Amino acid sequence: MKLGQPMDETKVELADTEQEATDPVEFASTKLKERFPDDILDDSRERFSGLIVAVEKVEEIAAYVKDELGFNYLSSVTGVDLIEDNKMEVVYHTYSIDQGGGSLTLKVQVDRENPVVPSLIDTWPGADFQEREIWDLFGIHFEGHPDLRRIFLWEGFHGHPMRKDWKEPFFEADQKPFGSRWPSGNITRAEEHNPYGKNVKYPENWTPENVDFEVDAKLYAGVAMTRDAVPGLKTDKVIVNLGPQHPSTHGVFRMVVTLDGETVLELKPVMGYLHRNHEKIGERNTFIMNIPYTDRLDYISSMSNNHGYVLAVEKLMDADVPERAEWLRILMVELTRIVNHAWALGFLLNDLGALQTPMLYLYIERELVLDLFEETAGSRMMCNYMRFGGVAYDLPDMVRVQPTMSFLDDLINKRLPKALDQLDRYITNNEIFRSRSIGVGYLSPEDAVAYSTAGPVLRASGVPYDVRRADPYSYYEKLDFDVAVRYNGDIYDRYLVRIDEMQQSLRILRQVMGYIKETEGAPILSGKAQYAIRVKGGDAYGRVENPKGELGYYLMAKRRASSPDRYHIRAPSFINLTPLGKMAKGHKVADIVGILGSIDIVLGEVDR
Amino acid sequence: MYGVGIVKGMGVTFKHFVQTYADDLFWLARGGRYYNDEALDVRQSLNGRGAITVFYPEEKLPVPERFRFIPFLVTDDPLPGQHWGHDWCTSCGICAKVCPPQCIWIVRGKLPNGRPKPEPEEFYIDIDICMNCGYCVEFCPFDAIKMDHDYELASYDRSTAHIHDKERLSKPISYWREIANKRASAEEAARELAKASKGKRRTKGDQTKPAPTLSDNHARQLPYRGQG
Repeated sequence: MKLGQPMDETKVELADTEQEATDPVEFASTKLKERFPDDILDDSRERFSGLIVAVEKVEEIAAYVKDELGFNYLSSVTGVDLIEDNKMEVVYHTYSIDQGGGSLTLKVQVDRENPVVPSLIDTWPGADFQEREIWDLFGIHFEGHPDLRRIFLWEGFHGHPMRKDWKEPFFEADQKPFGSRWPSGNITRAEEHNPYGKNVKYPENWTPENVDFEVDAKLYAGVAMTRDAVPGLKTDKVIVNLGPQHPSTHGVFRMVVTLDGETVLELKPVMGYLHRNHEKIGERNTFIMNIPYTDRLDYISSMSNNHGYVLAVEKLMDADVPERAEWLRILMVELTRIVNHAWALGFLLNDLGALQTPMLYLYIERELVLDLFEETAGSRMMCNYMRFGGVAYDLPDMVRVQPTMSFLDDLINKRLPKALDQLDRYITNNEIFRSRSIGVGYLSPEDAVAYSTAGPVLRASGVPYDVRRADPYSYYEKLDFDVAVRYNGDIYDRYLVRIDEMQQSLRILRQVMGYIKETEGAPILSGKAQYAIRVKGGDAYGRVENPKGELGYYLMAKRRASSPDRYHIRAPSFINLTPLGKMAKGHKVADIVGILGSIDIVLGEVDR
Repeated sequence: MYGVGIVKGMGVTFKHFVQTYADDLFWLARGGRYYNDEALDVRQSLNGRGAITVFYPEEKLPVPERFRFIPFLVTDDPLPGQHWGHDWCTSCGICAKVCPPQCIWIVRGKLPNGRPKPEPEEFYIDIDICMNCGYCVEFCPFDAIKMDHDYELASYDRSTAHIHDKERLSKPISYWREIANKRASAEEAARELAKASKGKRRTKGDQTKPAPTLSDNHARQLPYRGQG
């Protein structure tokens, strides 16, 4: 099926019958094993899934998986440090855009001392940033990657921090809780152990004063400063650093732009200014401790961040979730989607010159939703609401001065639809906005899939892929809604697709309201509330359709472990930035800001 | 026609502009739109119209019961003539173990014979590190630690003022009842119930009667309803 085209009816039927016969993933892995009998093994570790692939054949197998088996969407690439086996592992999660369903997981294991894996950037350009991330954090070298630089950390950073034997300067123990806190917890501050000026370790033969070490040399490499654009007229190419301190970047994000006059020739994103190595912290934490940390990833949509994480851990635990908890989760997550899109569109319009006013109008409704979050979970943004096997709190009696159910009724049936209509009247047909956004930042459907974009960016390019439909989780199967999709792949369509999604969220919320009323008084947590959770182990990939795109959590744990061995986040904002350079090419400087705004990033999630 | 979209959009702006003044007029005879609790409640609700700015710090939004900020330790109300009430904390250490950023430090009390005493000798929370997640409260078996509602903690010196010691953390139970009345009474009911069922089990296990449960109204105030 050609992407972006309406589905051919006969083909749909065909696909249906095929699916009934076998699960697409099983079918694909059988085929793969037939084709490469000597190079593929099942992952035989207990409760692990996926296929272990020979490192020599990985490029060939990837091309086969993509072109012949139809698993054309590389969702996540991550490294794992298997220190006990003295191996490094790279895990690829691939999905089929056309067939939906689960993942075909490929794993490559290499020697830990000198790990080299062929880069898959030719097959999936979306592997670009993710492979750089793995190089940065694990030190796995990707052969054939054209631009294998560190992505989050700087060149003066010593070592690769996600390796299990790497320890931070304020290292206390491998796992929390730390013994120093109780029973004899005489307080000391981290800076006492770790005084300023002595807390940094540099690579060998490197000092901060060493002028020979040019930090950004690789970044600026390959830019020739002078050329003849017009015969006879000598013009300079100019490099401009947009950011890191620049309001249009929505945080601390830098774009190195090579310009010819006003026109963008090349754009390289530089990130990591907000990097805190969330994943390393997550591997020190026990399972439950990670929930409030996930709030701080994409801090606009903390509720849905919680959701992805608890789904992944519930897979490791085999936990059930009571009915009311599922409905409460969907209620909160869909409200979060509206909140997020209201924020995203407000800032997009801000970036395009409609300064502040539309944003503040959208905030009015956002504040009301946050009121509900605050009354329910205790915090407006850092909700920390979901738990393994349920949620923490039931709905409150009152939201400010109104009973909760009537508040929800009014919010969902009156206030939010009115606000969306108002937004539509306010901006959608605004001629200035249209001329700034239509045709700008085009991303073709083929590129959108190849670059692993997700969420509204993918769907605005005409690819009707939504995890809630393609690989349903929670109770989304029982709900009636459409996957919002637009076909032009420019800023304007990304705007429209977000409005469509908010409308669909309202549709979901109206259905959920009925279930919430029905299940009044039912339990919201299965089992007993526990803080020392032990899992059954294995690996699990929990993914949800976050407002910004597919958010995935890859977890690995031993049997009866209290904290994960590997905790990886497939961050949609981060991966959606991969095609930014491509989208911006040929446009003007002022358009970059709009294009970045239309991707909708949150730096807490990009940098992690 | 070019420009129609812009004009329509300006209509929306104009409506918002007028609404604030209309609301001003509406509240004129009712005590004013600002610095008036009644007006603030309406302004911040679904019926709010126009600009919804809160004039902090002159005006403050009431925080909900479940609002969580830096924890405090619950003590008994001090007896007349006494400064401190009895600590509810038994220094069991669950809060320190569950704390995600590990900001709770407890020195367990000791009896003269060297055995642990169910009372904290010292209790510290580093509020620079605390992430206000509320786990310490959720998992405290003695209702001895609660999340505070006092969010105005700015100070001049980070290195000393931001480590709260036991004296700074301790607040009487009457304070908790004041800021979270419904929750406090639900917790009281739950404690009573636990006490009663414990006593009954000791005397005579009457299996025919269903075990008494918390009323629905109380149960919904507490976290993890339905556990058991």
